[in-house]
Amino acid sequence: MSGISRWLRSLLDGETAQDQEAVLNGQGDAGPLGVQEAAFEHQVAIEVDSRSAHPADLFEVGWKTDTGVVRDHNEDAVYVFTGCLDARESTSGFGLFMVADGMGGHAGGEEASALALRTAASHLIDGVYVPLLSRSERGAEQPAMSDMVRQAVEAANAAVNRDLPGSGTTLTYGMVAGSRLFVGHVGDSRAYLLRGADAPRVLTRDHSLVRRLVEVGQLTEAEAAVHPERNVLYRAVGQSETLDVDVTTLPLEAGDQLLLCSDGLWNMVAEAEIQSVVTSSDDVQTACEKLVEAANAAGGEDNVTVVLVRTNIW
Amino acid sequence: MVEHSRNPNPSTDASPSQADRVGEPVARVTRGLSRRLRTPLPAEANGDGGVTREESPSPASRTIPPAHVDAPPAGTPAATPAAPTAQKGSVSDPLGTRQVAGKKPEPSSEGLLSIGTQLQSRYKILGVVGIGGMGAVYRAQDLRFPGVMRVCAVKEMINTATDPVVRQIIIRNFEREASILATLSHPAIPQVYDYFTEGSRSYLVLEFIEGKDLEARIAKLFQSGEKGTMIGTEGYSPPEQYRGVAEPRGDVYALGATMHHLLSKQDPRLEPPFSFKERPIHQTNPTVSREVVSVVEKSLEYDINERWGSAEEFQRALLSVPAARGLVGIKGDTTNFLGPGVVKPIWRFACEDEVRGSVTVANDIVLAPSYDHNVYALDVDDGRFLWKYAAEGGVGSSPTVADGMVVFGSTDSVIYSVDLMDGYLVWTAGTKGRVYSTAFAQFDHVFIGSDDGNLYAIHTQSGRKAWEYAADGPIRSRPFVDDQLVIFSCHVGLVYALTLNRKLKWRFRARRGILASPVLSEGLVLIGSLDWNFYALDSRSGMTAWKYRTGGAIVSTAAICGDLVIFGSADGYIYALQPSDGRMVWRYGTEGQVTGSVTFYEGAVYVGGVDGALYCLDARSGTLRWRYQTDGAITGAPFAEDGVVYFGSGDHCVYAMPA
Repeated sequence: MSGISRWLRSLLDGETAQDQEAVLNGQGDAGPLGVQEAAFEHQVAIEVDSRSAHPADLFEVGWKTDTGVVRDHNEDAVYVFTGCLDARESTSGFGLFMVADGMGGHAGGEEASALALRTAASHLIDGVYVPLLSRSERGAEQPAMSDMVRQAVEAANAAVNRDLPGSGTTLTYGMVAGSRLFVGHVGDSRAYLLRGADAPRVLTRDHSLVRRLVEVGQLTEAEAAVHPERNVLYRAVGQSETLDVDVTTLPLEAGDQLLLCSDGLWNMVAEAEIQSVVTSSDDVQTACEKLVEAANAAGGEDNVTVVLVRTNIW
Repeated sequence: MVEHSRNPNPSTDASPSQADRVGEPVARVTRGLSRRLRTPLPAEANGDGGVTREESPSPASRTIPPAHVDAPPAGTPAATPAAPTAQKGSVSDPLGTRQVAGKKPEPSSEGLLSIGTQLQSRYKILGVVGIGGMGAVYRAQDLRFPGVMRVCAVKEMINTATDPVVRQIIIRNFEREASILATLSHPAIPQVYDYFTEGSRSYLVLEFIEGKDLEARIAKLFQSGEKGTMIGTEGYSPPEQYRGVAEPRGDVYALGATMHHLLSKQDPRLEPPFSFKERPIHQTNPTVSREVVSVVEKSLEYDINERWGSAEEFQRALLSVPAARGLVGIKGDTTNFLGPGVVKPIWRFACEDEVRGSVTVANDIVLAPSYDHNVYALDVDDGRFLWKYAAEGGVGSSPTVADGMVVFGSTDSVIYSVDLMDGYLVWTAGTKGRVYSTAFAQFDHVFIGSDDGNLYAIHTQSGRKAWEYAADGPIRSRPFVDDQLVIFSCHVGLVYALTLNRKLKWRFRARRGILASPVLSEGLVLIGSLDWNFYALDSRSGMTAWKYRTGGAIVSTAAICGDLVIFGSADGYIYALQPSDGRMVWRYGTEGQVTGSVTFYEGAVYVGGVDGALYCLDARSGTLRWRYQTDGAITGAPFAEDGVVYFGSGDHCVYAMPA
């Protein structure tokens, strides 16, 4: 394992727990590049290349998580990581943007969401980011990215099953490698792609009972929005030993924005409003804060979490 | 579908978790049929709703849809037969589908018969097996057989109705159920010994079968302690129950769901709810006959009006399936779904040797390469010979039309360009190896490889070489060129991405050779290898976005067919994968290896097999539309245009078939 990997791992394993908790618990309101993130990037830049790297040029990241109006604690969690190699022969970026919405009695929900993020992020940084930095030839000997994306969620599932039986979590994340986006997804948190003036495109499929009923034509969207069982998931991290993970991949274009959120946002705020807030905000952090405000203004029935990434892929 | 042991020895029933143990075959009998009868299904499934129906619901009861919390009023159609089966169903589900694991409903001691109680002076209560919404199931000893320990199950229904009419209806229904069960004889159904009513309680005495609770074993499910997201699965229940609709066609669905489970060998409780249509029975069990599949599928329509109208109709449909076919279809019956002779060629043209490359059509001219050294030009309408051009060697390469010229290579190491209309030679370009590669025309150039290991960019009009790039081995495939990249594969198992001015962007190495040509979609280079894998490579970086492993070498060049990428494998299958994640949507088994390349036209997939057949499949479902048998292997890609599909075969012929 490389030095970077070891260093990142130590953070992810919670050895420098305080800083890490701040990120995992979403208290990263310091701006697009919170203190912790800046440290990550700084460290990566030093270890890889002594020249200055400008990951902010590749990704502008904002996030905000909030307990909401009705609940008394926040079971959502966020993880954000960006890395950039700016070197003579190539420039490439890597980004990891994750949201988890925990469930389960007592502290189970918040522990499950945090554990899932730690586990999945460690897996991807070891399995994808570190190998990407090494300039080995592309080939069949390297694992396929989508397999890594899937396995990261499976690892999270195993960890939650093992350490926090009886609790569970959603897990939805975007991983950007070069100019390609991979999405890993289980549960009813969502990933949206905002491209130009197009309507937000949902990249994930809610693993919820009412969504299935809508898909098979048994409920309308309006009925689903108020259905008493709209919280029922049929798939979640920590639910069973085997887990079917949705993975999808698509090429990014310059200016694409990726929005990740828990159901506390999309249940409360219409997609058109999400889009107008994002496009009218000067920076991504402001957009996240406004979206959380909008969810709370609409009732704030659930924890609400938003991650917004503006990509500047060349 | 259920494991259990019939153990007549009661001493084995000493497990402390007796509440888990119910006469689980009862659950089997009622699972399908009881859905209609039990409108309060989710309440029952919630466990807490079952036991404490009379008590105030817990604060967490927002998990229960209001429509299902209480038993329906007696006047509703569903209510009449509800009582007995509700009891039965509830008993079978002590750990409901949305119950927190480990938090089973506490048996309320109130109202339970105590151990030692004797009913009818004959059945001595030994213990409680399970508790349901309307009573309990007890393990009891039949004292009529004093010499032995004869154990039976006593199922209780407490009649709480206050209206005397309703009371009577409930009792009558209970007796009716008992009578029906008593007439049934099946190894999977517990035998009914007796039934009787004592005061407000009615009892059914059943064969006692050892087993574990079905739901408890299968569903490890939980919900949050208070508010928030919960987890549940549906399994056999019809979708309309979430709109509060409960009627007999719900039973048709439930029975169909059970049959789907048995035939497909996939437990619906472990799958997304209402996903039967996405999991066709044939996908996991190709031996089931088509007739049976379609009868079962009709019972599983999400729209209740599309289903069989009644259980009787469903039964008639099943019984009408030809007895000779039965449940099990003839192996491979799919391939002869349309018998030979149904689809006939419009014309065919015989060359003097095999046609291995792909045919193409331009300006109403069919161009066919043959190993007899010729490229033939034929009239699209009738296959009439127009002209041919003879190279010095066999033509394994496929002709490409660019700027009114036909460009192709030959084993004589030469790249030829001849006039499309009359076959006159325009230019030639020499290489240092045989040319099996097919040209790709783009930006006034053709890009074509050679066994000399070079990729050539040749000016289309003049035949002048713009550049060449030295790869690591013979190039026999067709390159792909867009406004950014030149992508091509090399025989030794490499894929290259060059900029348009031949600077290497990336190179990808498979474990074995690559004979297929790259196809591009959504920034992915899609290509199969002899290492059995089908790869999706990021076109910008060459990293593997996903890969899919088949059961054999992949020679076939894929095609994008609507939302799917489709290709053949030497394992005999034609695969359809989702390009966004590499998941298989369907696969179709042929009689032999599939090395031919794929063509997509008007919702159909055309691909030839080494078995000599041209297959026409529905692109969305992978079902066979027709197949046509030739006398030689089909290794190239068909070409489809204006309702006609053209292809060549190892039997030397070029065929035109109605598409």
